[in-house]
Amino acid sequence: MTSTLDRAAPAARAPRVRRGLAPVPFLAPGMFFLIVFMAIPVGLLAFYSFFKRGRFGGVVFEFTLDNWVKLFEPLYLGVIGQSIVVAFVVTVLALLLGYPMAYAIAGLSPKWRTVALVAIVLPFWTNFLIRTYAWILLLNNAGWVNQWLQGLGIIDDPIAMLYTPQAIVVGLLYMYLPLMVLPLYASLQQLDPSLREAATNLGATPWRTFRTVTLPLSLPGALTGCIFVFVPAMSNFVIPELIGGGKTIMVGNLVRDQFFEARDWPFGATLALVLTILLVVVIVVQSAVSRRLTEGSRRG
Amino acid sequence: MRSTRRLVAASAGTVALALALTSCASGGGDTAGETLDPDADLSKQSLTVSIWSDYYPEDLAEQFEQATGVKTTIVNHTTNEDIVAKLTASADSGIDVAFMSGQYAQALGEQGLLAKLDKSLIPNEENLYPEATELAYDEGNVYSEPYAWGTTGLCYRPDLTGFAPTSWNDLLNPKPELEGKTTMLSTDRWLAMPALKAAGYSVNTTDDAELDEAKAQLLKTKPTLLAYDDTTFYSKLVSGEAAMVEAWDGWCNYGIAENPDIEFVVPDEGADLWVDTMTVLNSSKNKEAAMAFVNYILDPEVQTWVAENILYKVPNQQAMEALDPALVEQYPTLGISVDDLMKQEAIVDLGDDTTKYVDLNAEVLATN
Repeated sequence: MTSTLDRAAPAARAPRVRRGLAPVPFLAPGMFFLIVFMAIPVGLLAFYSFFKRGRFGGVVFEFTLDNWVKLFEPLYLGVIGQSIVVAFVVTVLALLLGYPMAYAIAGLSPKWRTVALVAIVLPFWTNFLIRTYAWILLLNNAGWVNQWLQGLGIIDDPIAMLYTPQAIVVGLLYMYLPLMVLPLYASLQQLDPSLREAATNLGATPWRTFRTVTLPLSLPGALTGCIFVFVPAMSNFVIPELIGGGKTIMVGNLVRDQFFEARDWPFGATLALVLTILLVVVIVVQSAVSRRLTEGSRRG
Repeated sequence: MRSTRRLVAASAGTVALALALTSCASGGGDTAGETLDPDADLSKQSLTVSIWSDYYPEDLAEQFEQATGVKTTIVNHTTNEDIVAKLTASADSGIDVAFMSGQYAQALGEQGLLAKLDKSLIPNEENLYPEATELAYDEGNVYSEPYAWGTTGLCYRPDLTGFAPTSWNDLLNPKPELEGKTTMLSTDRWLAMPALKAAGYSVNTTDDAELDEAKAQLLKTKPTLLAYDDTTFYSKLVSGEAAMVEAWDGWCNYGIAENPDIEFVVPDEGADLWVDTMTVLNSSKNKEAAMAFVNYILDPEVQTWVAENILYKVPNQQAMEALDPALVEQYPTLGISVDDLMKQEAIVDLGDDTTKYVDLNAEVLATN
């Protein structure tokens, strides 16, 4: 494809170049936003990570590699690793729960679809701190769930449902499940029904139709959903504190504590930078895979 | 000390940062030798005071304005770290009077950020207990005047514990039936304090071996805890989730307010003495008004209000003596005598060794 272009006459390529420049004015606002709110701050983080901490926060401009050395202590690597594991588990569970939900919603009549989508989005209209406290009221040892179970005679002693690593996973899952359902629903919604009909007409069982037609075509949506869940789950620090009881900390707590408790901006910057890089890598991989999938499906 | 309301702090952090960045930097020079004018026309001065949220009478600004004519704005901070970050972010934060705990006043005083208090403008200092002018972090109250003080101990429900705890070990190595029913503070110096005190060490120790021993104990304690909790520990007692929690004395009162059975004890090994103080910034252009404000707060009436409404002890002898005995009976921590309070160890700033505690906290909290 490119080789034929290379041999083409310059005149023939000229209009292409102009077309290539045409989007620039449209891109400018977005690029400006990204540079001011992403590139420059991340650059600052990188810059700060090579200096010493001031006694009261701030940065003392004496070059040091200490922050990067500290990052590779087992303790901090462990917290980062643990955060990845937690975010991954939450993402997988969200996918397993979210896919059937999205599939079901996509199959509803337009009226009920709207109702279902509103129900999915509804929790976002409440401050998430308030929703987190609501979970605490429900789940704590003296909470409603335990009271009901004890009242019904199902259990004698309250079940400890809060302040465990599992509770963190449940809290994050609740918080971000809608972010999985929405992109999945969108991709399932766009599926051409005739493709499924064709599969059925060719003798595929419903399961096989799902496996060979629906699932592959909805993968880009699933990947988007995974990113939407993984990224905030990885960096959340409120849930580990409130629902995890502060006993299991994630990288988000570490970053926050560096700035607010330890007043160690350079190390906080180092941690935040590593977190950002990790998440950008995840997103780049996701979009590469996603592109291959869509190209593949177009070719197929 | 006011708890680090971490969650609020988290959301307020961005605001704090924005405030810190927008505060006009106009080089506050060193004013150590500055003499203040006792006859200055205060009505021509204006004042910005930064104080912990929910820690002062709501109409304090109006009250002070009526009394002195100084136009006063009160802004809030959530934690010591928060206010220190604001004050150190630029040469002039625009804040004239800042409230912070003693060890922070000590550190900022040493850094030259705080003005020496002009005692001729603060006659109300005489209302303080003599002990409140000889505190380790600022002997003679050179840079700071105390606003409220207290200690840390065990806040517990006898109906759930079945016994009255007397030692930090009751929390650190709890009886089997208390496992999963206790919480500890996890902020700043209060995570290590029980372990240090139980082993007979100073709350200000910087000895690595002693800190390692404390860390080992805290890691041993961790699996027995319900949670680390700096903000809602008293609610956990009220709800019965927890039977015993490490608590600041004043905060235990918030539990007692909802459940009169809750009790507070300072363990036999002793605890810390924390002091929340008022300081005047060197960069302030309104020092006479600032001194007048500090003086106003030391008025027994104002401090009585603090004790009665915030339920913290105040270092003001007149105010404490004026307290309604019924209130002291209801909230026994208000009745802890000055002598008993002085037996506790004042937290002081540790300079660069502060990081030892930061690292200890990180390791204890991050280890599973």
